[in-house]
Amino acid sequence: MVAAPGTPRASSDALLNTQRSRRPRNMGQIIRWLLLFIGGILMIMPIAYMISTSLKWPHEVYNVKLIPDEPTIENYTYVLEDGRFYWWFVNSIIIATITTICNLLFDSLVGYTLCKFRFPGRQIVFIAILSTLMIPTEMLVIPWYLMSQSFGWLDSYWGIMFPGLMTAFGTFLMKQFFESVPDDFIEAARIDGLNELQIWWTVAMPLVKPALAALAIFVFLGNWTAFLWPLIVTNSVDMYTIPVGLSGFGDEADVAWELIMTGAAISTIPTLVVFLIFQRFIIRGVVMAGLKG
Amino acid sequence: MATLSLNNLKKSYGSTEVLHGISLDVADGEFVVFVGPSGCGKSTTLRMIAGLEETTSGIIEIGGREVNNLEPKERDIAMVFQNYAIYPHMSVKKNIAFGLRSSKMPKPDKEKRIQEVAGILDMVDLLERKPNQLSGGQRQRVAIGRAMVRDPAVFLFDEPLSNLDAQLRTQMRLEIKKLHQRVGNTIIFVTHDQVEAMTMADRIVIMKDGHIQQVGTPAEVFHKPANTFVARFIGAPSMNLLAGQIEGATARLKGDVQVAVPTLENAGRRDILLGVRPDDLHPNSGNPIIGGKVILREPLGSETLIYVDTPSGEIIAKADGRTPPNVGDIVELGALPENLHIFDTESGEALT
Repeated sequence: MVAAPGTPRASSDALLNTQRSRRPRNMGQIIRWLLLFIGGILMIMPIAYMISTSLKWPHEVYNVKLIPDEPTIENYTYVLEDGRFYWWFVNSIIIATITTICNLLFDSLVGYTLCKFRFPGRQIVFIAILSTLMIPTEMLVIPWYLMSQSFGWLDSYWGIMFPGLMTAFGTFLMKQFFESVPDDFIEAARIDGLNELQIWWTVAMPLVKPALAALAIFVFLGNWTAFLWPLIVTNSVDMYTIPVGLSGFGDEADVAWELIMTGAAISTIPTLVVFLIFQRFIIRGVVMAGLKG
Repeated sequence: MATLSLNNLKKSYGSTEVLHGISLDVADGEFVVFVGPSGCGKSTTLRMIAGLEETTSGIIEIGGREVNNLEPKERDIAMVFQNYAIYPHMSVKKNIAFGLRSSKMPKPDKEKRIQEVAGILDMVDLLERKPNQLSGGQRQRVAIGRAMVRDPAVFLFDEPLSNLDAQLRTQMRLEIKKLHQRVGNTIIFVTHDQVEAMTMADRIVIMKDGHIQQVGTPAEVFHKPANTFVARFIGAPSMNLLAGQIEGATARLKGDVQVAVPTLENAGRRDILLGVRPDDLHPNSGNPIIGGKVILREPLGSETLIYVDTPSGEIIAKADGRTPPNVGDIVELGALPENLHIFDTESGEALT
């Protein structure tokens, strides 16, 4: 006999089935959460250790304890009162800001051109730009250095900034975003009498603000944390950026980890603030660049 | 306002020619509708007039001035796009004002013009809204407003109603028609909807495969189709076409049906298609031409479409809505001689 829906027999069967089908889903969820938890710990631990070390005395640095026995803010006082750190901070701000602005302008101009104009060789230019993504920075520093040397750019802001004023990734990201701007908008603006530069600035750019925000964060963070090229191209301590300067804390006999970690902790603050404000744009930017086109 | 003249306009993409010499003269203040199936070249023609597509050969004149080598902004035209092309980051007012950006008009005059256009389109209360706060019909009005604000010589509409639902489309059709009567600018309107074409146009240009098939008033293209394509394309349901042969002024159809076509002049003896619109073919009326059995009825209210199986093939006729024949009835269908059309089978051209 088949139990009618709503009878205790039917309800208990349904409950049993639900429990059966839920069990593996719960197990799967537990495993997923566990993996995420481990991943989260792996990501948070270095930051926790950075902050922890910045609050330790030198003799306690090699102690693996997360909570210092005698916490101190002496390292912060030392680093902030040290004139060099101030200059490194200013250098990093100037370099990261100018590079970010240049990237927003140049990447979006090139991305827009490659997306919205039809001209012979367009595809080849795009592929050529993309292919530069496959060349690691380590391979490029020697030609960059030779170039900087011959033009007299060594140990200058321009020398640090020029390789990153336009990036292939930024161009690709912007091109993908401009795909979402309907051609009708551009043609309507053309009929309304705007020139191509005005159309790019007035019509297309406001429509890709999320991409610009995402690109700004990527470029700013990339330049804020850049180490290899600034290390190679700068000679004088006053021209160092934060990562380069911090690596030099200490003397030949010993590395002052507590000071390095203090500097690193301070330098994280601006990037953390920028990231927290714009993180939703980053996610959208990555999704667009990964899925569109 | 201005005249528009297309002279032997051709367009090729690589070695493929998609427009094969379009020639047309549009009078000042005329409402001309380009209609045809997808890929017939109507939008390409419009975009060439706008200057958004390069012309392979031929001449475009607006107001007697050749505009082939002019930028879109220099052609004194405005265009309304299928997807409206109103900027989502700007308010309605800014969208409308956008058309005046490059104008040297003083600011108070611009403001006055915007208010005037908003008034005409009944949008004064919507000026501060963003496009995402508007309905489809309101967005369409903003797009029209942006085009109107510049008072161009020629308005170009590229399938502007195809994104609207049926009810709104009918309403906007009426509004555009009223607007034309009010402002009187020359309008070129592209659509694939023959009802839109019939209801709005002063003249209709019917296109197929990059060729103009016929140019005429809605009545002309309906009652005097130039060929079988126009006969089928215009009118719903489309014209009945029955295969047969002509001898003198008599058409011999399949099943040994003979139909007198007195309007035919000296067509000789050849294979033809006899055309008659369902609207002109009625059961038990005078001048019977063909008989058959009713196999299906489609009541439309005031009238009923009946599908009749005749010896010459299945045809559609219109019967009275109150007392239509029943399925299975044998009916004699009649049509006036002037409503019979003869087309050459091979070329498809009209012989009557």
